[in-house]
Amino acid sequence: MIEGIFVEGLIFSVMALGILVTYRILDLADLTCDGSVATGAAVAAICITNGWSIPMAMLLAFFAGILCGLCTAAIHNNLHIPGLLAGILTMTMLYSVNLRILGNKANVPLVRVETLYDIFPEAFSFIPSAFASLAGTVLLVLVIKVIFDLFFRCDMGIAIGALGGNEQVVISLGMNPSTLKYIAIGLSNGLIALSGAMLAQYQGFADANLGQGMVVQGLAAIMLGEFLFNSNRISLITLRVILGSIIYKGLMFLGRRYGYLVGITPNDFKLLTGLLVIISLIVASTRIKAAEEKAKKKAVERVMGGRIDA
Amino acid sequence: MLDIKHVTKVFFPGTVNEKVALEDINLHVDEGDVVSVIGSNGSGKSTLFNMIAGTFPVTCGTITLDGKDITRAPEYKRAFEIGRIFQDPTKGTSANMSIQDNMLLSLKKGMRGIGFSLTNENKQLFRKLIEPVGLQDRLEDNVGLLSGGQRQALTLIMACMAKPKLLLLDEHTAALDPGNARIVMQLSEEYISREHLTAMMITHNMQFAIEFGNKLIMMDEGKIILEVSGEEKKKLTVPDLIQRFREIRKKDFASDEELLTEAD
Repeated sequence: MIEGIFVEGLIFSVMALGILVTYRILDLADLTCDGSVATGAAVAAICITNGWSIPMAMLLAFFAGILCGLCTAAIHNNLHIPGLLAGILTMTMLYSVNLRILGNKANVPLVRVETLYDIFPEAFSFIPSAFASLAGTVLLVLVIKVIFDLFFRCDMGIAIGALGGNEQVVISLGMNPSTLKYIAIGLSNGLIALSGAMLAQYQGFADANLGQGMVVQGLAAIMLGEFLFNSNRISLITLRVILGSIIYKGLMFLGRRYGYLVGITPNDFKLLTGLLVIISLIVASTRIKAAEEKAKKKAVERVMGGRIDA
Repeated sequence: MLDIKHVTKVFFPGTVNEKVALEDINLHVDEGDVVSVIGSNGSGKSTLFNMIAGTFPVTCGTITLDGKDITRAPEYKRAFEIGRIFQDPTKGTSANMSIQDNMLLSLKKGMRGIGFSLTNENKQLFRKLIEPVGLQDRLEDNVGLLSGGQRQALTLIMACMAKPKLLLLDEHTAALDPGNARIVMQLSEEYISREHLTAMMITHNMQFAIEFGNKLIMMDEGKIILEVSGEEKKKLTVPDLIQRFREIRKKDFASDEELLTEAD
């Protein structure tokens, strides 16, 4: 039971990492995610049911996600419309595309075929199968995290970070900001689709409605993570996202398990997730205000030598 | 070196807001020239820089840099040869990154690969480069923590690291207090003479304009109304300049006098 939460959280964290790239690093709210996560699931499911190897299916899902991202970036770059609108356009179009990929069916089951979550228990046969799934997922997410960290510490990754902070800097350095946006939004959606591919295999089916509300859930995970600790280092930021994702899935589990006690049903989860994001934003802003108040108080004390009573 | 021929810029053509920002500008800058540009607000100084740097396309005319026609080149391609520093200290650096990451990006121009340039060797180089502004022990601090003057100095160092053919200084000391403005000005002059850069500087400070460089142009209503160089420029004084402006434009300077401030 508890392993399930961790596996779900870890799979979910790969998507949250993708959202981190656009939302936090590039500072561009990209809603493509709702479509590309389902695209990843659909591509992986169709590949696997047609007898392709699992690594191949996941690689294809990753590339399908990159294509979705490139589409958003192309709309944003060439038509000069905000990233938000570009993402909504792609997301909406992807809904139809995903149904096509799934062969005009709303969902494709992955029964009687071998998936990642049949392979993990075989590979780690010395431990119970639930823990084997967890161990395999941990390994996979760890590899993705390390590659992610390395990428954002290399020259290109730093340039993408600079683009998020200040587009003029990147132009002054002779780089085309559009190219960097293609790369960043592409990679972001690649990760999101990869997460979708893992999710389809874990839950045993791919669904065209899989992506609904995923962006908001991803944001909730990122924000929950940000309460854990403060850091500028990319390795700690990604760790924070992974932990936040697991916490989010844990909260959802508690909601499903004990929610009935207070009259909460799974139908309420989207509302609750949205409220969670709003509360996180409020807490974050009050924290900043509190820190400023504290600094002000300290400064006043320094100046007045502690002689203030008001 | 830099040749501007018949450059005209019209903003919002064909609408009620149509504005001729530059009218038939002709300017030649030789290699090694250091040009100061003065003029009141709205005279077209910044538009001229935007045209040279490629922020907006010209309406007509041509711009040639070092024998290459760059009139239609996008801004990021021109940046290979043109370094630019803005009035706003936040424009030249990325605030949420460390000093060393910012400097790392300015090592060269153009698209980056997936290599790692943050070597100890480069860190030593960065340390040496920012020693003159006293930031050598803060390489890992975020740029957002620096003061406006420090940020502008860092921007200047970063712009010079890539050895641009032309350096555009767009009122780069205007947002700083007099003390910091002096320091950044001195630093600019030092770099320009050491690296033998060709530079253009917009300023509202007539004293700076007279002290700086070997050429001075004055702009008004989208035209270059005065061009002084060499010996003639050396003898120039602030009252002279104001007098010359009055003679040429035959209009009262009253409102502009406040904008064209004298020494600090």
